[in-house]
Amino acid sequence: MEMIAPEDQRTAQSAATAKSEDALLDISLGPHHPSTHGVFRMDVVLDGERVVKLKPVFGYLHRNHEKIAESVSYLASMPYTDRLDYMCSLTNNWAYALTVEKLAGIQVPERAEYIRVITAELTRLQNHASTIGFLMQEMGASGTPLMYAFREREIILDLFESLTGSRMMSNYMRFGGCRVDLPYGWLKQTEKVVAEFPRFLDEFERLLSSNEILLARTQGVGVLSKKLAIQGGITGPMLRASGVNYDIRKVDKYGIYDRFDFRVPIGEHGDVYDRFMIRLLEMRESLKILTQALRDITAGPIMDTKTKIRGFRPKAGEAYGRIESPKGELGFFLISDGSPQPYRYRVRPPSLINLTVLEDMCLGASVADTVVIFGTVDIVLGEVDR
Amino acid sequence: MLGEGIAKGLVETARNFFGSYFTKDRLTTVQYPEERLPQFEAARNFPFLVYDGGDWQAGLRCVGCQICEKECPPKCIYIEKSKDKKPDAVGKLQFYPAVFNIDVSVCMSCQICVEVCPFEAIKMDTEFELSTDDRFGGLLWDKAQLAKSNEHYRKIHPTEAAEVDARLAEEKAKVDAKVKAAAENKTTPTSPGAVQPGSGASSTQ
Repeated sequence: MEMIAPEDQRTAQSAATAKSEDALLDISLGPHHPSTHGVFRMDVVLDGERVVKLKPVFGYLHRNHEKIAESVSYLASMPYTDRLDYMCSLTNNWAYALTVEKLAGIQVPERAEYIRVITAELTRLQNHASTIGFLMQEMGASGTPLMYAFREREIILDLFESLTGSRMMSNYMRFGGCRVDLPYGWLKQTEKVVAEFPRFLDEFERLLSSNEILLARTQGVGVLSKKLAIQGGITGPMLRASGVNYDIRKVDKYGIYDRFDFRVPIGEHGDVYDRFMIRLLEMRESLKILTQALRDITAGPIMDTKTKIRGFRPKAGEAYGRIESPKGELGFFLISDGSPQPYRYRVRPPSLINLTVLEDMCLGASVADTVVIFGTVDIVLGEVDR
Repeated sequence: MLGEGIAKGLVETARNFFGSYFTKDRLTTVQYPEERLPQFEAARNFPFLVYDGGDWQAGLRCVGCQICEKECPPKCIYIEKSKDKKPDAVGKLQFYPAVFNIDVSVCMSCQICVEVCPFEAIKMDTEFELSTDDRFGGLLWDKAQLAKSNEHYRKIHPTEAAEVDARLAEEKAKVDAKVKAAAENKTTPTSPGAVQPGSGASSTQ
């Protein structure tokens, strides 16, 4: 052993300190954490407070949805689709019904189409309201915005319950229409809710949009470039916040969306603030669609009379149907071999695909910002893991 | 000015806080279980078996056809069909379910059994406080627990029950007319009890 001079010893010691300061820290965010919207884990490598690597880990809520659907009848998968994105079960129902209708060539009566549009837009309202509420919760605004959002959401869920029998697990749409007709007074009640909703939006905007803390936390944070958004296959409000004009309601004009006059809000910067504002603006456009749909809804049958509920067997073939769910493009891919069960059943979940750019948005951000950026992706783990 | 946005937001919070003392739409919580909201007519939670008349064993509409068992997505229904037949509420000889069990812990309240039943025999109840301290026996309901009267059905779903009653009365009238005609002609030796199960049933659509 050589003697180390006191000076050298000091240098060695400081080098070791420097090394431990440079050392990267592996931490696991989640899976059991309220900010992860369910059971989602982020394996984060931190340099100090900054994220240098982020690996999303999911599958904790895997329920084998696709495989189960291949062993039960077409109808029996309908209640399972409620449980994909359990915040918006009615849009899930619609996407699945739309695909089966495409596969079997079923026409939907006009009244059923209107009911579908009304319920889907109400779903969008309550989903966006609670997403913003959760986002504020993650920024540290504990309770207040979330509870205001939930108050409005509950009013809409009451409408869903009086129509479908269940607040969230609606199981409402059927191949060729809807299960039951609107109950007495439902349209009037909905008109009232739609007329009063802008008051909530105005209050919400006054409460949040110009708040300095919110601006500081959101502007320029988690920027998703237009190019990356397109390359990553991102859809929904996240894509539009990055400045891409792409809304399946306008592109595909599925159902009767070509009859309504509404605009697609587009963001500019693709940061957290744009993604927050786009949802507020989209709610206002949804209200426009709702007002028109409630005005134009016609009387008539709600089910295609030729379609059987039991023993439903579409001809052999395949179909991909997609809709603009509140979270993005929700698609179902079905292959039929002529038997009562689908041969292949595949879900294209917007939540999962929007998550793929999470690392790109979070690199260089702090842990606190990572949680906020993650919040604006707006995922539901039931849909990510299926 | 810095802080203006925050001040504006606080005004909104104050408006909601003080408003909750005056307007109902700003204060929406209910102190369950002391206070309860009325349930919607469409509300559904768990299936029950409908019976007509006073005796549940005699009046059970279910004929043990096992369609709901096959269609149930989570497969929570278990039925054993009877070997013998016995007269139902209308007087027709029918099979009946020797065993009819539903597992409360598996049922997901989807209502598909109600939709596929051709005999209007199974309907959704609105009862939701089903918790029990016995997780095995207490959560597996047999037909004695599942059977509920048609009056109960009329009480919880009045509109729907009125439709069902009208449809059943129509079918019964048809069957009666057929039986009468058969009795008058006396060409066939079949008794009124030998009407095939399901012959008077129509699709629920």
